[in-house]
Amino acid sequence: MGKTFAKPEALSDANTHYCPGCTHGVIHRLVAEVIDELGIRGRTVGIAPVGCAVLAYNYFTFDFQEAAHGRAPAMATGIKRVRPDLMVFTYQGDGDLASIGMGEIIHAANRGEKFTTVFVNNAVYGMTGGQMAPTTMPDQRTTTSPFGRNVEEVGMPIRVAELLAALQTPAYIARQAVIHPKFIKKAKRCLKAAFTYQLENRCFSFVEMISTCPTNWGMTPLQALKWAEETMLPYYPIGELKTPEATPASN
Amino acid sequence: MGKVLMKGNEAIGEAAIRAGCLNYFAYPITPQSEVAEYLSRRLPEVGGVFLQGESEVAVSYMIFGAAAAGERVFTTSSSPGISLMSEGISYIAGAQCPAVFVNIMRGGPGLGGILPSQADYLQATKSIGHGDFRLLVMAPAGVQEAVEMMMRAFPLAEKYRNPVMILGDGLIGQMMEPVEFRDDLRIEPTNKDEWATNGMDTRGDNRRNLVKSLYLDPDELNNHNLRLKEKYERMKREEVRYEAYRTETDYRVLIVSYGTMSRVCRTAIDLLAEEGLPVAMIRPQTLFPFPEDAVREAAAGKSCRAVASIEMSMGQMLEDVERSVQGKRPVRWYGKCGGDVPTPEEVIAFVRSLID
Amino acid sequence: MQSETQFAGFGGQGILLMGKILAHAAMEEGFEVAWVPSYGPEMRGGTAYCTVVIGDRPIGSPIIRNPKYLVAMNLPSLEKFAPTVKPGGAILINTSLIPVDVEREDVTTIKVPAVDIAKEVGNVRAANIVALAAFVAKTGLVPLERIRSCVEEEFSAKPQLIPLNMKALQRGEAAVAERETA
Repeated sequence: MGKTFAKPEALSDANTHYCPGCTHGVIHRLVAEVIDELGIRGRTVGIAPVGCAVLAYNYFTFDFQEAAHGRAPAMATGIKRVRPDLMVFTYQGDGDLASIGMGEIIHAANRGEKFTTVFVNNAVYGMTGGQMAPTTMPDQRTTTSPFGRNVEEVGMPIRVAELLAALQTPAYIARQAVIHPKFIKKAKRCLKAAFTYQLENRCFSFVEMISTCPTNWGMTPLQALKWAEETMLPYYPIGELKTPEATPASN
Repeated sequence: MGKVLMKGNEAIGEAAIRAGCLNYFAYPITPQSEVAEYLSRRLPEVGGVFLQGESEVAVSYMIFGAAAAGERVFTTSSSPGISLMSEGISYIAGAQCPAVFVNIMRGGPGLGGILPSQADYLQATKSIGHGDFRLLVMAPAGVQEAVEMMMRAFPLAEKYRNPVMILGDGLIGQMMEPVEFRDDLRIEPTNKDEWATNGMDTRGDNRRNLVKSLYLDPDELNNHNLRLKEKYERMKREEVRYEAYRTETDYRVLIVSYGTMSRVCRTAIDLLAEEGLPVAMIRPQTLFPFPEDAVREAAAGKSCRAVASIEMSMGQMLEDVERSVQGKRPVRWYGKCGGDVPTPEEVIAFVRSLID
Repeated sequence: MQSETQFAGFGGQGILLMGKILAHAAMEEGFEVAWVPSYGPEMRGGTAYCTVVIGDRPIGSPIIRNPKYLVAMNLPSLEKFAPTVKPGGAILINTSLIPVDVEREDVTTIKVPAVDIAKEVGNVRAANIVALAAFVAKTGLVPLERIRSCVEEEFSAKPQLIPLNMKALQRGEAAVAERETA
């Protein structure tokens, strides 16, 4: 009988630097499993963001580029345009993608660039120490919103998946969560679908992952999972928002 | 193939193709948008990649991504656009990827103007972005030279795994001159498997490549900076290019000038020679590395009374000229900004003022 | 030897093209050439001008304040640039649109009703070719035959326009010849 639980080949032996209870490790593993299952490790190039996952390249065993803050979709565009045979994905957090890199992600999605984006939404800037993100929930306290996010002043959190799904260019846009095994299974299915659309040279593909940041939320890992489910999921509903087969009718 | 009459901007685009670079990402900006217009028609004909990015910032990272994947790639822009690209250029230099950037300069600061200028000399040669790095900078004085510099830019970028910049003023881009595309100048790309993130299958090995500029360990970063420094020192030893004009005469004034400005100076020097006043010129073709030795030796000429840095900027190259002359002769600046290129007559009047 | 020709007129009169054809012809004749445009907002709707420098040695300064020749296709151009022409030079005036004379004794004037001739030929837009032919016939900067082949090359993508432009060339040349025999 073979191993029932083994480390994916696409995942390295390095210990991660992530905090206890952080969900980046789960998402890394899902990405690695999908890459193994599709047999694409030898032609995959990952792009690391600026943020907590800046060192993501240490945890994978295939080619990696490290981007500047927010620019990963532009780099992915550059690679994919000159080497369409490579499989390219960006791995970006909410500060990186939804704040400083909003222009790059929208235009890459709208051009229908054939790469995949894994968007980690944990409602906070992690690496710089828990500052407010575009995805921070109303009234959520962060180090730069000490009295809670005041939507009168800074607006409502941005639903990136919905924003991208509103573009008329065909794409695969999904949101999942990695806060419970039942969600994680779905998350992997969507991630695999996203990479498969790229493999088939179909469209831009995007999976948002609702995640936790116990350290910067000031919670235990379990409290964080509960908070994400109760506070984030109602605002960030999970599911496939758009597939290239069924583009929302232009009305 | 014979000569064709071409606008500098179009010739630059064609030269890239002749150099074997079929990948171009850009954002329109006057006075160089003709490069993008030309290549948007031409690159599809040769199976190349043309993409108009959403901003210069994004374009600089498209360049980064493509360069890191091991392909020849370039972009063109003008001063304000180059400022926006400077972030990406820093990352590319830090990650040691080869790429070519063309800056067809216009006046500044800020939005400035759209007429020819050499206002970005210091930016290009000293510090185009954050961090401790240099670009190899070449400055053409005509359309034919711009073409030849483009042909050299790609192999040089690969030799040093460093961005190379062609620094032209608006006139170089807008002017039409006869050009000849010499295929014998083409140098094939180097094998990049050692470092490029072109996919393990492409290289046929199981060792992954990583392109990055992040070094959190201070010793590692210091060593990285030392390696970069060694590249820039090697450029100084091996890549200095300049043209000496009438330095065989008993010149009384030495002019240092580059690009379009140097052509005005050449005319002024010819007219002054007819009037019996011998003047010589060193025309830097590389701005980094700067032809320090040539300028110093020419300034030390027996009959040379003064050195003039003549530029379409407010004394930016002057600093390099002064550094080269090392106080052995008085060094003076003359120039104009805003696009009103000094005439030969104005240069003559200035040169005479140095003698009287 | 070096000559400088400034072409000036309204945007849309084909000013830049006149210069380009002359520069192209001179290049084919083995001369060094530079074609220097005005560029920027003034390109759009306002005055358009360009300068063609032709020489037997590499062209030095491409910036010309005092050209040897001026081809003025409208009145504002004449008023603006006529004073800058070198003494001993020449100015071509498109008399169809310029009702005044050059008030200089030290330059030669070439008068051509370029727009009227172009209308007779069949299209007002050929006025630039009429004027170019007259200018080249008068100055002898390059053989007219060379201008002819460069015009053909320029319009090779729109061959239906070639007969019209050939007629324009012929009439432009004839316009200055008539004047000389008159």
